[in-house]
Amino acid sequence: MTTIADPKAPRAARPGPGRRSTRGNTELYGWVFMRVSGVLLLILIFTHLWSSLISGEGISQVDFGFVAGKWANPFWQVWDLTMLWLAMIHGTNGMRTIVNDYAEKDSTRLVLKSALYLAFTVVVVLGTLVIFTFDPCPAGAPMDLLPDVCSDLP
Amino acid sequence: MATAQTEQRTPVAAPRRPSRGLGTLYRGQEGMWSWVAHRVTGVSIFFFLLVHVLDTALVRVSPEAYNDVIGAYKNPVMGLAEAGLVGAIVFHAFNGVRIMLVDFWWSGTRRHRLMFWVVVGLTVLVMAGFLPRHLMAVFGGE
Repeated sequence: MTTIADPKAPRAARPGPGRRSTRGNTELYGWVFMRVSGVLLLILIFTHLWSSLISGEGISQVDFGFVAGKWANPFWQVWDLTMLWLAMIHGTNGMRTIVNDYAEKDSTRLVLKSALYLAFTVVVVLGTLVIFTFDPCPAGAPMDLLPDVCSDLP
Repeated sequence: MATAQTEQRTPVAAPRRPSRGLGTLYRGQEGMWSWVAHRVTGVSIFFFLLVHVLDTALVRVSPEAYNDVIGAYKNPVMGLAEAGLVGAIVFHAFNGVRIMLVDFWWSGTRRHRLMFWVVVGLTVLVMAGFLPRHLMAVFGGE
């Protein structure tokens, strides 16, 4: 004989507004995305920092030749593209959460989120175009500013 | 300072601050400060990211334009700001792992305070390795 209710017994429906299920699971997917992208970004960004700030001559090595030499390799193009997209979605979703937390008026939230999504779109589109349309050896540029691969060209 | 007068006005003893582990999980302790620090570092990294994509986009303009602007990152003031940025990234990354352990590890919620200090310790350790290397590149002439 049990004298107390089985904790797993179905509960009576709560009076008043319960969980609104009409909005779907978007927030759940966002929660999962933050964790999955967070792990990937840890690897992507730590490697990015290592290659540009620690290995070689550190920050003093970073110039056009350095970036062009890196992007001459499709591996680093894909690396940086993945980093750009994941970081921008992760960061934009974080900023969205913060706006939702602190901006109480509907109009304030609308303005802040519009600015946020505009910035997201501009930066992601611009960054993606730059990675894919980049020319490591632009015609007419001084040879000493270009990566080594340019001098091997016919 | 408790004077006789105030004691008269407040005969009931003021509620004591809840002892550790009782009452609230977050307020005023490691849980809350790690949450605040995660937000502050996250927002800082986000704004840097916007600027960083724009400055990198200059490679599409010309080698000279990119080198001019990226040269700004090599001056001492920006060099120190980068050190702060790297510190923010390292903390945010390690604290993110801590959040996932709180979410998914069966014992995570019980050890979230200890894990916060592990995050702080690891961040200090990584920065102790990074700072000499970076500051030499920034200030070392060459």
